[in-house]
Amino acid sequence: MNTNKNSYTLIYMVIIITIVSLLLSITSGVLRTRQDENVKLDKKKQILSSLTGLDFSADAAGVYASTIKEYNMLDAEGNTVKNLNPVEDFDYQVQEGELPIYIAEIDGSTKYIIPMNGNGLWGAIWGYIALNEDRNTIYGIYFNHAGETPGLGAEITNKVKFCDPFIGKELIKNGKFASIAVMKVGQKAEGQDQVDAISGGTITSKGVETMLQTSLGKYEKFFLAKEEAVAEVPVAENNEIVEVEPETEGEK
Amino acid sequence: MKEELKNALLGPLSKNNPVAVQVLGICSALAVTVQLKPAIVMGLSVTIIVAMANVVISLLRNTVPNNVRIIVQLVVVAALVTIVSEILKAFLYDLSVQLSVYIGLIITNCILMGRLEAFAMGNKPGASLLDGIGNGIGYAWILIVVAFFRELLGAGTLFGYRIIPESFYEMGYVNNGMMMMPAMALIIVACIIWVHRSINKDLQEK
Repeated sequence: MNTNKNSYTLIYMVIIITIVSLLLSITSGVLRTRQDENVKLDKKKQILSSLTGLDFSADAAGVYASTIKEYNMLDAEGNTVKNLNPVEDFDYQVQEGELPIYIAEIDGSTKYIIPMNGNGLWGAIWGYIALNEDRNTIYGIYFNHAGETPGLGAEITNKVKFCDPFIGKELIKNGKFASIAVMKVGQKAEGQDQVDAISGGTITSKGVETMLQTSLGKYEKFFLAKEEAVAEVPVAENNEIVEVEPETEGEK
Repeated sequence: MKEELKNALLGPLSKNNPVAVQVLGICSALAVTVQLKPAIVMGLSVTIIVAMANVVISLLRNTVPNNVRIIVQLVVVAALVTIVSEILKAFLYDLSVQLSVYIGLIITNCILMGRLEAFAMGNKPGASLLDGIGNGIGYAWILIVVAFFRELLGAGTLFGYRIIPESFYEMGYVNNGMMMMPAMALIIVACIIWVHRSINKDLQEK
């Protein structure tokens, strides 16, 4: 057979391409549900990673379901506008102006987990920050990145070297949201808590600082709401008593 | 005939190594060799894909229209790579995140097109399968050697486990940050080629 004729080439390509596209769509269809579950599970793991000391290696989905009690949307004033189910509404698409927040319970105390998004040197960076009940002290933090330089910028994922120093730092200074500064070793930040930047990863470190500032800045009213509540009630030792947000009751 | 098959399988491991002798697939040797684990997975994926693509192209070799043969090869490789990457996403998600970009880059790995064009288009499926496996493993062992040195010297770990003891660091030992840079992968590959050629004198250019 003459395999060099145009008609042969054309028919040949059509057949090959049809077979290949069929194969690909079948594979994609068969594996879709499994892949989506993996993506979801990965996000759950990332959220849980912000809770320092929590072990979820055995069953991340189970730990997520038992630890994360609420998944809420806040407005700019810090009021809860939507109360979602952390498991069933996990895929909820956050609308413009809504501020998502996960509320976790660890050994009886409440932790607030806030997602963050920003830019590093080469691409996106993101993370989750867990705050104590006072909405001020950092309980734990998790960072990830799309493609920072390994060994340099990518070190923001390093738990011991970069993430753990955030623990115990405070976001609010003098009644205002001050964020956390990421400073070169030896430098001192004015009026805010600070952690050490990664040497050789300056732009990524600055990206983290900007991300903290912009992502958390939107929650300022929410952070301060608690501060005021604490200030009003002098006996604020047991924070659970103060845990009331009257204006949000019934607004689901 | 027997000799031919043996050559197809074992030749690429040393005398006809795709990286050290044919100098193909260098780009991915830089990209995935910071740590051992991704290097091994990349080597394995390439081995599987070269072997499969070689067999498919070898089966089609007498029907492929000559003027579009490169396109047919590309379609076959791209389809196989996409399927492998989908399977990784479904069953080895963490790894697929780590390898995401590089798996896609297998499509452009010169070893594949090189073997398809040079071997599979002119040989029977059995021999092509062996040639694919041989070249894949020839590529993989180079990646593994490079990754071994880069992870050990760059991070002090192997497979993520600490190898260089804490006491060394306390005494002032510092990881070599240069090892994390792609340039060092090239230098290690060059060292491998150096050693390889001084053992196999017949490979040295006059």
